[in-house]
Formats: sequence, C-alpha cells, structure tokens
Amino acid sequence: MTELASTASTTLSWKERARRIDPRYLIAFLITLVLVLAQLRYHIVGGYERLAVALLACTATEALLSWFDRGKVVNLQSAYISGLSLTLLEKPQGAALWPIALGGWLAISSKYVLRYRENHLWNPTNFAIVTLLLVAPEHISVLSHQWGNDLATNLVIWVFGLVIASRVRVLHITLTYVAAFFALNTVRSLVLGQPILPEIAPITGPMYQLFVFFMITDPRTVVRGRRPQMIVAVIIAFVEAMIRFASDHAWPLPTAFNAAPPLVALWLVGPAAKWIDLHRAGPRKPVPVPFPEAQVTPPVSARGSSPVASGAR
Amino acid sequence: MFRRPAATVRRLVIAVPFFAAIGLAFRLNSGPIRAPADATNPGFVLDDATKAAGITFVHHRPSFDPRITNVEPHVAALGASVSVTDFDGDGLPDLYFTNSRFGEPNALYRNKGDGTFEDVAATAGVADLNRPGEGVSMGGVWGDFDNDGREDLLVYRYGYLALLRNVDGKRFEDVTQTAGLRRWVNSNGAIWFDYDRDGLLDLYITAYFRSDIDLWHLTTTRIMHNSFEYATNGGKNLLFHNVGGGKFEDVTDKLGVGSTRWTLAAASADFDEDGWPDLYLANDYGPEELFLNDHGKRFVPVTAGLSSESKSGMSVALGDAFNRGRLDAFVTNISERGYLFQNNNLRLNRLVDAKRFVNVAEGAVADAGWAWGAQFGDLNNDGMNELFVANGFISADSTTSYWYAMSKIAGANGRLFEDAATWPAFGNASLSGYERSRVYLNRGVAGWTDVAERVGATDTYDGRAVAFADLENRGAIDVIIANQNQPATLYRTTPDSANHWVEFHLIGTRSNRSAIGAEVVVESGDLRQRRIVDGGMGFASQNDRRLHFGLGRREWVDRVVIHWPSGTEQVLQHPLIDRLVTVTEPAR
Repeated sequence: MTELASTASTTLSWKERARRIDPRYLIAFLITLVLVLAQLRYHIVGGYERLAVALLACTATEALLSWFDRGKVVNLQSAYISGLSLTLLEKPQGAALWPIALGGWLAISSKYVLRYRENHLWNPTNFAIVTLLLVAPEHISVLSHQWGNDLATNLVIWVFGLVIASRVRVLHITLTYVAAFFALNTVRSLVLGQPILPEIAPITGPMYQLFVFFMITDPRTVVRGRRPQMIVAVIIAFVEAMIRFASDHAWPLPTAFNAAPPLVALWLVGPAAKWIDLHRAGPRKPVPVPFPEAQVTPPVSARGSSPVASGAR
Repeated sequence: MFRRPAATVRRLVIAVPFFAAIGLAFRLNSGPIRAPADATNPGFVLDDATKAAGITFVHHRPSFDPRITNVEPHVAALGASVSVTDFDGDGLPDLYFTNSRFGEPNALYRNKGDGTFEDVAATAGVADLNRPGEGVSMGGVWGDFDNDGREDLLVYRYGYLALLRNVDGKRFEDVTQTAGLRRWVNSNGAIWFDYDRDGLLDLYITAYFRSDIDLWHLTTTRIMHNSFEYATNGGKNLLFHNVGGGKFEDVTDKLGVGSTRWTLAAASADFDEDGWPDLYLANDYGPEELFLNDHGKRFVPVTAGLSSESKSGMSVALGDAFNRGRLDAFVTNISERGYLFQNNNLRLNRLVDAKRFVNVAEGAVADAGWAWGAQFGDLNNDGMNELFVANGFISADSTTSYWYAMSKIAGANGRLFEDAATWPAFGNASLSGYERSRVYLNRGVAGWTDVAERVGATDTYDGRAVAFADLENRGAIDVIIANQNQPATLYRTTPDSANHWVEFHLIGTRSNRSAIGAEVVVESGDLRQRRIVDGGMGFASQNDRRLHFGLGRREWVDRVVIHWPSGTEQVLQHPLIDRLVTVTEPAR
C-alpha cells in the first residue's frame, strides 16, 4: 500500500469504510454470526464433526470442480456459506455424517451440472436439502425448533439480517416475501376457519430466518430486476401457501412438502423463474448482473459467467 | 501437464457422480447396504403371553377441562405405567398397572406361579385411586419405606400423591396424610432411594405440569411449556426425606434438587463411585440434569457433558452397556422422519476418569421413533445387555398426522404455545402413532441391531412403561409393557438354553430392607458387569428388585461384589450359577 493510499484510508469515516466492505463478507459474517450465536446459546450444531464435514465437503467440492471445469480454483466463500447453511438446516438421523457429506457434494456440484446458459438455476443449499428430503426422508430432517423459541435470539438475527439485506440491496425480496407470507397465511387461516397465530407463527422460526436471509435472496439465482424479483418472491409465498393448504387437508404429499414448505416452494419456483429469465435474455448475451454494486472483485470465471460477488450458497 | 477436456465432456464427468450421489442417498434411505450378519440369530425369542397369563388390563387416558380439548390427546397422553415387586412375599414377582381415568381401577396382578396372574387390586385396596378431587394415576413405585419386610407402594398422580402401606402382604392402608405426603403434584415419575444412607428410603417426585394447576378446573390455559428446548416453567420436583416413624419431610430446597424442567423420569445410582447415590433426570423440552450427592448434605448440579444438546428426554434407563463395570444411561428422545431427529442418547459413564458422560448413540439405537420407556437387560443370557424400547405417541386416525401442525408452532416464540388455547386442534390425528417396539441386540463394538421383528416383538401399541422381571424364576428376563389407552403386553422370553445365568435377591439390614440402590458387580473370566437394584427406572416403571446376569457359555462366576447402600462392600466367591441366590447384608 502506498503512503498516499494509506493516508487516504486512515481518513475515511467508519461509515465509508462500512460502505466499502465487500457484500460477500457481510453475508458470510451474518451466517457465521447465526451459527456462533445458535451454538453458544442452543448447541445447535449437534457435534462439531458435522460442521467439519459440511465445510470440508463444500469447499473441497468447489475447489475440485472449479479447477476441473474452469481451470482455476474460485473463491471458496460461497462454499463456506453453503457449508454453514447445511450445518444449520440439515439434521441427520443419529450420528450419521453421510447426509452431510452427500449434501455438501450435491449443493456445490449442482452449480456445475444443473445449468442453463452458463448460470446455475437452484440455490445450492436449497437444492441439496430438498433433494435429500425427497429421496432420503428416513435419515434427514430439517431444522425445526432448535432455536430456543426465544424472542431475543430472533431479534438479533432479524436486526442483523435486515441491515445486511439492506446493504446488499436484497431487502425488497425479504420484505416482499414476508409481507406475502403474512397476507397469504392470514387468508389461509380465514378460509380454513383456524386461528391466525399458529399459521403465521412459523415465520419466527429458525428455518424461515435462514430462508429469508440466505436462500430466497441468493443473488446468483434470483431473476433480474427489482420488480420481477418481488413478483417471484410473491409466487414462492403463494406456492408455499398452496403446499400448506394441501397439508391442512392431509393430502398425501411427500414428507418434504409437509416438513419444509418454503424450501420446497423455492425449489420448485426458483429454477423455473430463473430459467425463464435467462431464456428471455436470449442466447449468448451476457447476463446482466442483478446487483452491480456487488461487483467488487474480478470475475471468478474466465469463461464469462456472472461475476456476482456474494455468489451461490 | 493436465489438459482439460471439452466443456460438454467436463459437465458429463461431473454429472455422473452428481446423479450417482442422488441414487446413493435413495439407496441408503432404505437401510444399510450390508446387514450385520450376526443379527440373524439373536439368541432369544419373545412370545406374546399376555392372554395366556390372564393379563387383561387396559389403560384408559384421562379427560380434562374442556378449555383444552384442542390439545387433550397431547396433554392426556401419559399415565400407563407398570412396576414390579413381590408384594406378598411368595418369591414370585407381581405386577402393578396404573389407569388414568376417573372410575377406572388400577390393577395388581398377583403371580400365581404357573405362568398366570390374578388381579387382586380391589381386595388389596390399591385399585380405586382415580377419583375426582384426588386425581388420576400416572404410575407407582414400590419400596419398603418402614423396613417391615413388606413392599409399600407410592402412587403418583396428576393430583395428590398416595402412599399405601403394605399391611400384611394382602392389603394396603393409605398413610399419605400421616406420612406428610399429601401434596398435589402433576407428576409422571418417582423413585425411592436412600440419599443420606440412613437405612430409610427417601422419595424423589418428578413434576411435569406446574403443581398449582388442576387440569380439571383450569384458571388459565397458559399451562404448556414455554420452549421446546429450554423450558423451565414445569412443575417443581420434590425430595422427601424419610425421617422414620412413617413420616417424611420436604427437603427439596435444602438439598437443591427442585428442578422445574418438565422432568419425565429420574434414576439414581452412584455414578461417580464416591459411595453416595446421585440423581439423573430426563427432562422433556430440555437438557438432562445430573445432581451429584455431596455426602447426603446437598446435591450439586453438574453438566458432565449432558447439556451439549437439548432434546426431549422421555425416560432414563441405567445399565452396563459394554461391560465396563459402570452404570451408563440410555435416554430416549423423539425422532420423526423428515421433521425431527433428536436421537436417543446412550451416554457412557466416564465420570470417574473424565468427569463426564460421553454420548455414543449412533445408527439404529439412536432412532427408535417417538421413544418412551426403555430398559437394559440380558435377554439372551450371553453376558451383554440388550435394550428394549417402547414407543409411539398417539395412535388415532392413521391417515392424519399432527406433525405438520406441530411444525407450525414448534419454531414460534414460547409465549405463543405456552397457551394451550393457541395450539391447532388435534382432532383425531395421530402423532407418531402405530410405531413398533425396538429390541436392540448388543453386538459390542459392532453396535446395536434392531431385532424386534425377528424375535417376535411386533406390537404397534403406544408403549410407555417397560419393566423387566423373571416372572417364573427360570433364568429368563420377561418384558412387561404398559401401553397408553391400550391393553398391556407381556412378552415371555426364551433365551438360548446353552447360556448360563445367575440372579441375586438382596435383603438389606443396615441398608434399607429393599436394598434399593445396591450395586452388584459380577466377574466371570473376561465378563465384568454391574447392575443396580432400582427404586424406579425407565419411564413410569420399576424393574424386579432381583438382579439377573447372563453368563453366556461361562460355567462359573469368579466373584461377586455387592456395594450396599450403607457403604458395606460384600464379596461372594464362586457362587453357584443357574439359580437365584439370596444374599442378606452382613451386619458389619
């Protein structure tokens, strides 16, 4: 660093410094905060070997496949985020580690296999968890109540989450989804003649906190444009409400649908919306970056894929 | 130099293991790729002998205040219990089952010695314990609190405690009031143990709902737990000190054991081998608790590795899981595919060398569904303990599950579901219903294998309490199960006839006469196994006080060490095997 640059950096206000922080690090910070907080207060990890396996599976897969597919090892931060998300969201039977290892592999490799016009379609963690819930429900469950049912923890996560979502400019997605969730589930409870509180209560649960801050807002798998993003968020909430409506009537659905309605809704809607968005963009056109402000590092791909910073998780 | 193939080839190369991984997950979902070979011959069979034995007991669940009708199946899902004792002193274990609906009688099955039983509860005066204003029975534990040589009965209820003194081996008298035990406790468990080693059995009562709640006359619907993980708004557990003369005093606060963690089960043993009985609690909606006994003066809560995960402890069984000569703890929890894998805990006792318990549950033994009562016992007499686990919560409409409804509120703020009125209506839904019992064959370092169907444990009742007893004095551990709102089950065990065994009937002199808390270590060649005379263990259950050891092909016992509750250590050299050995505590 030159003397001039050094002087300039020391004169920057803390606000300016905060503004210049790479958004990727904010996302990584937030999920790390969630994990640390949840582990310290609620022992949520369920064994550090799970965390180690998840991180190892995700980062090793990312390193291997990016080297094999692109000729260089990409930044492993998104793999780190995927590893932590898996650790938090996926709860295996007994002390089994294979669901974690397979989940890590599926999450990262899905980015290299399930692609359309050089973009992956599924949020990696969402893909891995829902796929495993569908094919191996005897051995995998999803995070449900392991959050202490405690208002204080909820507040900490929501405050940090909202601030960081705002900084990364995905707050509109989060808020649109939350508003749609409240509206649709209120309608659902009225249609069913059930009390409203239990129907809107899930939004304060841990699965939803990870969902609204880390999955539905994943910059690499959302569509272009603020309004389309909000529309897709509403569609996801609508599909989720339909899944819940079916569960209310005890329709014979796979366990994944009953246990994790929002994750399944995103698993169904997200890739379809992304595919349509990419299709409308036309072939061989460079795909505009949904969040240009996030371009703080050179493209990770030498082959022209989107250089969106916070990456897939 | 590595030369990268074309993009299409690269994607194909990645796609093959990608889809293979999905296929592998699908395959692993249906079970291990290679089944354990040695599970094909478990070495014992279980025959449903309920009908042949004349056991016709059917448990009935209670009904509560209509203000909580929406969650009544959940709130009223406990109360089926079974405890074993020889109440008439004829050398044969008898069975006591509790009922939980007003007007429905409890049952005391006297063992007739020919494989059949007769219910003598009414004539003995221990049947009519479910009455408005008094409460409904949740379980009973036997112990000779007055050391007169006859086993007395403590019935815990959602309501008042009831202490029934065994008068003459035929009838009982209610001495609750004079004993100072007339307390309203919404209890699901109790154990007898002599915490101060004065030779008199003391009493620990676990409380579930708060003790100011009358479930038939509610003043509020805010009666539920306020967290699914760390709830502390349950009833306060109580410790009653037996002061002699048939009287008890409440020493809960003085001794520091008044947990309010929704305790479902308690067990006592000298875990740290300092000579004083400690206390282990399995708590619903919270972590387990261990209280170490400080010379009978106070109990010291220690984490000992028990708080690393908070689950829903349903029962605690003590046994020597791997013949290390120590008492380990098996705590059952809840598992439901897709929704929740809390996993059971098999905690190896390493308090002496590492100051902690180490959870080694994995594979089949970790997941027994919505598991309730469990017991360690050598069902095949090979010298290793098996584990029997009863399970299943609510079996109603098999096509409707409450799990989805449960998942909606489970992540919510505690203030919401603390109010029973806000819970989605149960209707006729099942919740982890129609689950079959698990019987885990102990294969040592190779792990535990569920052989339930292979050995004949095929019932799908909502099992709660499990008790073990050699009902016919033939060297075989029979299994008795109390099922919620359903008939009781008796499995008669036939172990491998080539295996040997030995049983001990202990009679305390300086210790309490029931010898509750006595620990026996049997040594035979490479076999070293410890058992304890329990004053209540598992969930709402109590095993026969006589201790059973399988010896496998070993034809002798080198020595037996008996650690009496008084502190006396007694050594027996080369006792005879394949028989019941009666041992009286030496005077010094």
